[in-house]
Amino acid sequence: MDIYLLEAVINGLLLGGVLALLALGLNLIFGVIDVVWIAYADLVMCGMYVVYWLHAGYGWPLPLAFFIAILTVAGLGVLVHLLIIAPILGSAPINQLLATGGLLYFLQSFATLLFGTEFRNIGVRLPIIELGDLFISFSRLIAFGVALVGAVALYLFLKRTYVGTAIRAIAQDRDVMGLMGVDQRTIYIATSAIGGALAGLGACLLALQYDVHPFIGNTFGPLVFMICVLGGLGNMIGGFIASFIISQIISIGGYYASTEWAYVLAFMLFIVLMFICPRGILAR
Amino acid sequence: MNMRAAPIGLALLALLLVLLPFITPAYFLHLLIQALLWGFIYTAWALMGRFGLVSLGHGAFMGIGAYVPALLWNYQELTPWIGIPLGVALAVLLALAIGYPCFKLKVVGHYFALVTLALGQVVLLSIVAGRDVTGGSLGMTQKTVGHSWYALQFPQKGFFYAIALVVWVGGLVVWQSIEGGMRRDALEAISEDEEAAAALGIDVLREKLRVTVISAALTALGGGIFGQYLMYLNPETVSGIAVSLQIVFAAIAGGMYSLLGPSCGAVFTLALTEGLRVWFGTSFIGAANTIYGILLILFVIFMPRGIAGLIERAAGWRARLNAAALDRA
Repeated sequence: MDIYLLEAVINGLLLGGVLALLALGLNLIFGVIDVVWIAYADLVMCGMYVVYWLHAGYGWPLPLAFFIAILTVAGLGVLVHLLIIAPILGSAPINQLLATGGLLYFLQSFATLLFGTEFRNIGVRLPIIELGDLFISFSRLIAFGVALVGAVALYLFLKRTYVGTAIRAIAQDRDVMGLMGVDQRTIYIATSAIGGALAGLGACLLALQYDVHPFIGNTFGPLVFMICVLGGLGNMIGGFIASFIISQIISIGGYYASTEWAYVLAFMLFIVLMFICPRGILAR
Repeated sequence: MNMRAAPIGLALLALLLVLLPFITPAYFLHLLIQALLWGFIYTAWALMGRFGLVSLGHGAFMGIGAYVPALLWNYQELTPWIGIPLGVALAVLLALAIGYPCFKLKVVGHYFALVTLALGQVVLLSIVAGRDVTGGSLGMTQKTVGHSWYALQFPQKGFFYAIALVVWVGGLVVWQSIEGGMRRDALEAISEDEEAAAALGIDVLREKLRVTVISAALTALGGGIFGQYLMYLNPETVSGIAVSLQIVFAAIAGGMYSLLGPSCGAVFTLALTEGLRVWFGTSFIGAANTIYGILLILFVIFMPRGIAGLIERAAGWRARLNAAALDRA
């Protein structure tokens, strides 16, 4: 096999890890609260700015900056739920989607207002691993590893803890759970916090690889929605598989043509798959 | 407004709109043309949106409508008089290609919104990726020939004002014909409960497809005229997720359930961005959209029927007060 193609495949695999993590967070919110956070990728952008300012701006150590970023975005997630979603939980689902779309506008323009449109880099240079003729970026490898650990941790949390079980139960039947003595509001807030924390973790991993700018959410936000829907809403394993399919298409497509054509291909595949299996690739 | 005052008021408004280009400075005219063209496009979107077909991909239709005539003019010297209809035709084909399977397979709500979002990305990224032909993200300019009806290029803004006015009124007529006809009841029934509507003998697929095709065609037409007016196309400003969301939100802010609602949205958003730009100066890029974003959230939460809905409710109260006064007399 061509060495560059192999490199593209590996890079796609590594990209898929981060996408999978973000898709998990969005999927959790989607599955439990039944809301699409159109601004999800922009919460990631906020997290990247937190990392940037704490580390490059104030010289805080990177792990601490990461920790604060995750906490901040988790807090933002709770705020999004309390301020935007909760008041209109009863109205048509599409209204909730549109309200978070307003949030997307707000976050992007507010970031422009505060930080300008420059691309900013946190200035961390991680080594590049050489395996024979193969070059693999260490930051991507870390991102992939952490994303996998995050996904497994989320899985264990949902399976093994009381709150996790309650979250899964609500995703299956929101009305009955109220009768079982589970407070829906608390669960929604917990879910939003976890979704936000996953976005924060994604932000840390992406900050290692990409420059942050106010519109960075637009570059991978739509992808994350596609992945979620492809995997089947609320279906975490499906989302996990879908993120690797999409990332391979982008990576290999980018190798044969250009990155944009690869994205075009990925979105077209999404549309076609929506028609073939509208309930996700794993639906029977 | 009572029945006798309505025609007089309308006539005065029409007269004002016709006279405006002769009495306003060029900058204001520029804003007016934009308000009319955006108002037209927002109205086109609301044709679908008001029946529960929330499209997040109208940037796709607008981009096709703008790029097809510009490319044909630059490379084939084909007049926009043919180019714009070709762009509209392509947008209609695309709307059919997406709409038919969506409606056939009952892709609705979130899913429909996300499919159209993907469609918008496909068109945007195709324009960017085809940079050898389209200029990519740097955008493209049409070859200028000065004042020409053949090329649909007018250095004087007055001509475009007239065109925009005609097109905008045309959009309102289309809205009214759907709103006034039997179709409206059918479409409303569909947006309430698709299964029940189908049980009543409504051809759900056909009705949805019809309104989608009309909406896409009008949006592409608006895009084409916008391209001719601006004489510069950029994928980010005529297509893509940002434009698609701008269309959705302006229509909602204005009120997608009223004839003049989307146009209200166009005037409102333009006044807001221009006002804030003048107020803050250019040093605060993003200030306008920050406030805009907050307002959108508030609109969706507190007044889903938009500005026009608010006005109508106020008018409704007044009418009821008048009626009450008549009862007492």
